[in-house]
Amino acid sequence: MKNFNGNALFLDRSDINTDEIIPAKYLTEITKEALAPFLLEDLKLKGFDPSKNLEGISVIITRENFGCGSSREHAPWALEVNGINLVIAENFARIFKQNMFNCGMMAVELPSDTIDDLFAGFAGTGAVVSTDFEQGTFTFSHGELKKTVPFIVSDFNRDLVLAGGWVEYADKKY
Amino acid sequence: MGKTIAEKIFDAHRVDNPSGTIQVISLDRVFCHEITTPIAINDLVSRGKDRVHNPENIKAVIDHVTPAKDSKTAEQGKILRDWAKRNNIRDFFDIGKNGVCHAIFPEKGFVRPGFTVIMGDSHTCTHGAFCAFAAGVGTTDLEVGILKGVCAFEYPKTMKVNLTGDLVPGVYPKDVILTVIKTVGVNGATNMVMEFTGPVVDGMSMEGRMTLSNMAVEAGATSGICKADMTTVDYLWPFIKSDFASKEEALAAYAQWNADSDAVYEKEITIDCASLRPVSTFGYKPDQVKNISDFENTKIDQVYIGSCTNGRIEDLRQAAAVLKGKSLHPDVRGIVSPATPEIFSQALKEGLIEIFMDAGFCVTNPTCGACLGMSNGVLAAGEVCASTTNRNFNGRMGKGGMVHLMSPASAAASGIAGVITAAQ
Ligand code: SF4
Repeated sequence: MKNFNGNALFLDRSDINTDEIIPAKYLTEITKEALAPFLLEDLKLKGFDPSKNLEGISVIITRENFGCGSSREHAPWALEVNGINLVIAENFARIFKQNMFNCGMMAVELPSDTIDDLFAGFAGTGAVVSTDFEQGTFTFSHGELKKTVPFIVSDFNRDLVLAGGWVEYADKKY
Repeated sequence: MGKTIAEKIFDAHRVDNPSGTIQVISLDRVFCHEITTPIAINDLVSRGKDRVHNPENIKAVIDHVTPAKDSKTAEQGKILRDWAKRNNIRDFFDIGKNGVCHAIFPEKGFVRPGFTVIMGDSHTCTHGAFCAFAAGVGTTDLEVGILKGVCAFEYPKTMKVNLTGDLVPGVYPKDVILTVIKTVGVNGATNMVMEFTGPVVDGMSMEGRMTLSNMAVEAGATSGICKADMTTVDYLWPFIKSDFASKEEALAAYAQWNADSDAVYEKEITIDCASLRPVSTFGYKPDQVKNISDFENTKIDQVYIGSCTNGRIEDLRQAAAVLKGKSLHPDVRGIVSPATPEIFSQALKEGLIEIFMDAGFCVTNPTCGACLGMSNGVLAAGEVCASTTNRNFNGRMGKGGMVHLMSPASAAASGIAGVITAAQ
């Protein structure tokens, strides 16, 4: 199972699309590793600089419809090769979300007021997330401040995470 | 209780129900192109599983960057080509015979009512125009589809999109679907299938229906489906005539997939299309749509006519009708990319290519090309394009470029005027 713990980056915008996560011009790469330097290169967001702010990040927290647009699995891969296996958002575009779980990664939805609270309490602080996969909780912490929130993933997606992805799962079963 | 089209198709293809609302369905078609498939192929090879579930069901094309523009794209083409050969994939379309995936596969008759289709491409929803469940997926789903012939989806919820009224001249399927996206929002149909219905759809050609279904994903939808009718049968007839005694018999067989009158929809919207006027997008999201008459002197640098949305023969006819005897504005570059070789040669026969060339257009071979900013017409920073494609994301056709999505007729008219304009 992949690692779902570490430093969190807050991206305060909805509809971040897969062209912004990894631009089309890098789709000619045929290894995942080659995508590493280009993650979120085209994301225009005040206060965000992809060359600086992604250092040491393991979790992204954002708003609505993350990963819309192209079906490119290069988007999860670009996250994965940067050590980011968990994205938390209000909701996701379908293909992106399934691609994440298919890779044994997690795209987890939380209610909008919870997301609001997390942004208010932890954005820009260098907060750390620790995931209890068994209990289904994320704990956000920064200094003394701690907040634990429950999450739900479907049984199927849970099995994909445990199996290490859809190829491994399907290969055993079908 | 009645069923929607997608529910009927899922119920007929169920292989497994691993948990909750997740269903694993068998696939009738797995389509492949050279951008998202090579990594799946390499992964299968590295796992020692270089095989395919059923070579008859797999169709492959090199379309995104063709001819190859550099060593990397040449390598992607080679991986796909070599794989197709060693796995006996007979329907593989290489240079000279290749075209944009969502135009060439329907043209070859590969999609039939009731089919399930996946491809590593978000606009796979296009094939829903044939009363099929067709969905874009990522490379891992594609890989499992190639190896096992199955894919997992949530059991579909359907949004009924009722399109009523008569289109006024100058308003085309592109204007309709842009208006639908504006109404629903870029996230409004996420995890739902859109079922397009009503007199406007009934009156549309298969080309028009494909334009509608193509952009369903821009509202977040998993697929965009139209019912099967005589228009569907007429389009498919050259491919199915040995299977049925008559067109009526074919229609009777296909109509079983159409929604029941008491089908239950998750959501329903109705748009009175008689009130629509030509529209264009204005920002970086496909739901940012307004009437072209509300644009004020928006200068353009390039016109692009092509893509899986609007690169079909009807689209070229509509653009050529506007361009006939006219020239592009001196500050505007024009590029037209017929979506398949068959469309290209039909356009030649009809004299459309001559009209484009006389107007000052560059005519390219069939390819995705500039649609995703990979080749054949990439924009420079600060440049503006009137485009018949489907995405206006920031940087989509080139870093710093601005894309306005519109119909082929409006794109042609804008090219002549040098500013965003609807055809008269
Ligand atoms: S024409 Fe554009 S949208 Fe269509 S498949 Fe090609 S790149 Fe994708």
